[in-house]
Amino acid sequence: MSLRNFKALRLDAMSRDFGSLNALKGITLNVERGEFIALLGPSGCGKSTALNCLAGLLPLSSGAIWLDDKRIDTLGPEGRGFGMVFQNYALFPHMTVRKNIGFGLRMQNRPKDEIARRVEEAMRLVRLTNQGDKLPGQLSGGQQQRVAIARAIVVEPPLVLMDEPLSNLDAKLRLEMRAEIRRIHASLGCATIYVTHDQDEALSLADRIVVLRDGQTRQIGTPAELYGRPAHSDVAEFMGYRNIVKTAAILGEHLEVTIGGAKLWGTSVDIVASGDALAAIRPEDLSVTADGPISAIVQTAEYRGRDFFGVALTQDGTELYFRSEVSVSQGEAIRLSAEPHRILVYAA
Amino acid sequence: MIRTESVASRLWVWAVWLLVGFFIVNLLALIATVVVNSFSTRWFTTWLPVGFTVKWYLSAWEEFQLPDILMATFEVVGAVVLLSGLIGVPAAYAMARREFPGKKFVMLLFLLPMLVPPITFGIPLATVLYKAGLAGSASGVILANLVPTVPFVILVMIPFIQQIDPRVEQAARVFGAGTFRMFTNVLVPLLTPGILAALLLVLVRTIAMFELTFLTAGPENQTLVVALYYAVFAAGVRAGQSVDAMAVIYMVTTLAWLLLALRFVNPTQIVTRAKKGGH
Amino acid sequence: MKGALARKGFDGVTLLLLPAVFFVIALFIYPFLYGLFLSFAPKDGGWWLGNYAKFFSDPFLYDTIGKTLLVAVPVTIMNLACSVPVALRVRLMLKPKLLTTILVIPITLGTVLVAEGMLNYFGPRGWLNRFLMEFHLVSEPLHLIHNYWGVFLSLVITGFPFTFLLTLSYVTGIDPALEQAGAMLGARGWDRFRHILMPLLLPGLMITFCLSFVQAFSVFPSAVLLGAPAGITRVISVAAYTAAFEEYDYSMASAIAMIMAAVQVGIVALLLGLQSLFYSGPAGGGKG
Repeated sequence: MSLRNFKALRLDAMSRDFGSLNALKGITLNVERGEFIALLGPSGCGKSTALNCLAGLLPLSSGAIWLDDKRIDTLGPEGRGFGMVFQNYALFPHMTVRKNIGFGLRMQNRPKDEIARRVEEAMRLVRLTNQGDKLPGQLSGGQQQRVAIARAIVVEPPLVLMDEPLSNLDAKLRLEMRAEIRRIHASLGCATIYVTHDQDEALSLADRIVVLRDGQTRQIGTPAELYGRPAHSDVAEFMGYRNIVKTAAILGEHLEVTIGGAKLWGTSVDIVASGDALAAIRPEDLSVTADGPISAIVQTAEYRGRDFFGVALTQDGTELYFRSEVSVSQGEAIRLSAEPHRILVYAA
Repeated sequence: MIRTESVASRLWVWAVWLLVGFFIVNLLALIATVVVNSFSTRWFTTWLPVGFTVKWYLSAWEEFQLPDILMATFEVVGAVVLLSGLIGVPAAYAMARREFPGKKFVMLLFLLPMLVPPITFGIPLATVLYKAGLAGSASGVILANLVPTVPFVILVMIPFIQQIDPRVEQAARVFGAGTFRMFTNVLVPLLTPGILAALLLVLVRTIAMFELTFLTAGPENQTLVVALYYAVFAAGVRAGQSVDAMAVIYMVTTLAWLLLALRFVNPTQIVTRAKKGGH
Repeated sequence: MKGALARKGFDGVTLLLLPAVFFVIALFIYPFLYGLFLSFAPKDGGWWLGNYAKFFSDPFLYDTIGKTLLVAVPVTIMNLACSVPVALRVRLMLKPKLLTTILVIPITLGTVLVAEGMLNYFGPRGWLNRFLMEFHLVSEPLHLIHNYWGVFLSLVITGFPFTFLLTLSYVTGIDPALEQAGAMLGARGWDRFRHILMPLLLPGLMITFCLSFVQAFSVFPSAVLLGAPAGITRVISVAAYTAAFEEYDYSMASAIAMIMAAVQVGIVALLLGLQSLFYSGPAGGGKG
């Protein structure tokens, strides 16, 4: 396991096409030891293809994968020594939990007592002691998930790949397992690449997030960077900026945009000159105030417990999603405002 | 899926495809010889016949009384298809929708005639039909052929019916449809693709069913495949080309229906009875 | 009364079963039982086990079991052994329909047509021998018909596609993610086959073996047309047919049919008994 103590995993313009379709167009990324990377994107963005290429389950069309100075994209999946947690867990149904977890070690021809000891350790780590002799079919979804994780990490791989591991669980269990994955990663510290379409999962688990779209990297950054300053309007939309408004930007001393007929100041992301632009605002950053510049009529308002979530229509026909702590009702005329640093402006 | 790179595994893959290729080449050549021979004037010591002719088809038509045989075949096959549908589909519906004590036993009852080879149960069955005076008549042949086809229809249709949401039927009842109207207006239209597939498969199987027809048919109601057997068995009585002309007629009849059937079903279903549920 | 039945699950819909059940009982179960009783009433009177005694004392008769096994067992093993690797490959094909369609043709055409084709193709002047002679692979034509090999080959031609398609349906039922998981854990091709695919396939292969064996064991038309029906390929179905339709001894024919069924059931029971020793749950990877 000389690969285990690697310093960096490098994806060098990793590409993959299926016939004429480019599923992955030149992904370049550096993963440091112990880092937790989330590959985030809508379905069909190429994130699962990227993971399968990394795993060796799909050959690359071009580009390379390096583990320090060793090129590994020419190796088959069995030669890479990575751990993987599959979306449907892919537990071997005919083997007990213990056998499932010990499979990788047996393939390495480890001595029996070492296998037994390490399997026991892994089962303790994922809190599955006493379940060792059951078959996967006798376990609940969450327990199967734990077995899948234990099976992937027991070989102490240099890199663990996770393919939407929580998508088959119900909402409560998903939160619980998310915490488990964070705890296990913290205690082992092995580099992890985690594929998901859920930005909450990515934000809460990852050290860095890679946003993919149409097989291309749109942005790489820490959760805070992505949340606060998405680099593109489509990333912004994915990160919860539900209001993406077409506007004309006028670049002067301040950046001025027009939203719902009202002039507001915004923050430039990539504006270099005046012209057509997109303004992105989160619903929670649009506040209902008596003297706000945007006037609108409430279309719908849902009570959400702590606040209200509503849709309002401005005079020029723009629909705006907003949150309000004061009660609003359908048909009510309101005024909305947003802080300049909460309005991100992108060149259209 | 998983790429195999080593030389040994590549050799292995080549060996596997070679095996398949060898099998298919021989199979196609085997069928081709029958077709070529049926059109040949004389064919002894050369790769291809000396000349080509269609006269064997004309002679086969008369020598083997093909019009009668074809009529008998379609009579038997048509009746088997119709009856196995009428008996099998309602039974499949009951099996798919109801739980009752002894259901496993009934299922076994339907499985057995498909698992036991026809020659094994054909001999006692033929004996009973002879005692009943039915063997040698078209009705005897039809009854014997129904033994494997009724269970076949049931087993193909059960998964097909199961995948139809029972709430559709409940909805029909809520809107006031009685059992019969529910069946004709709701179920039959939904089941048509499945019924069509099952019956086409029955059709193909019945045309090709040799043993049961052979054991129960008299001279007047031989089907095409049985007549072919006798022609091959008595080879030498007639010209080989004439026998092959009949073989080609049989082959075309069967394959035409097979190709039609394959538009609706997966080839694996012909042996596996819709294990995966209808599509 | 009606209420009590309904509570157990019998109602109008269940009655739809009656024609089919009646039909199977009348035309399958009853003939079988009739045959069984008939087999205990020898044609010439005498001891109730007379037919069976005669069968097992006359080598011309009891040898048929051995002769049938001699062709059925090797053919079935060979077909199954070839089917597994081919099915594992075909599973990876994106469009296997053309291949499966070609393979379904011999099953559909049936043994009689295959026999006629084989008489042409494998005959001393057929294309195969011509090819072998032309390229000096053999010095004189191979004898492939009217002997053991004729029956063997015909059972391969119709039996291999049958076995293969059954095997394929079991192979495609295994979640591909399981093999991928094995590969990720370092298992090479052979290890993946041995530890993951094979244990999951085994129950299906047992059933495939049983069905294929039963088909091969009841070989009839090709044994007559392609074999030596008086000699090495005088299989048990030929003996039963001869008794019934040439000697008109239905009692003896029924006895032979019962023996045929008993051998089939015996072998199947043996295999299924073995199978119960192995894992037989779902071959999927997810929630069991």
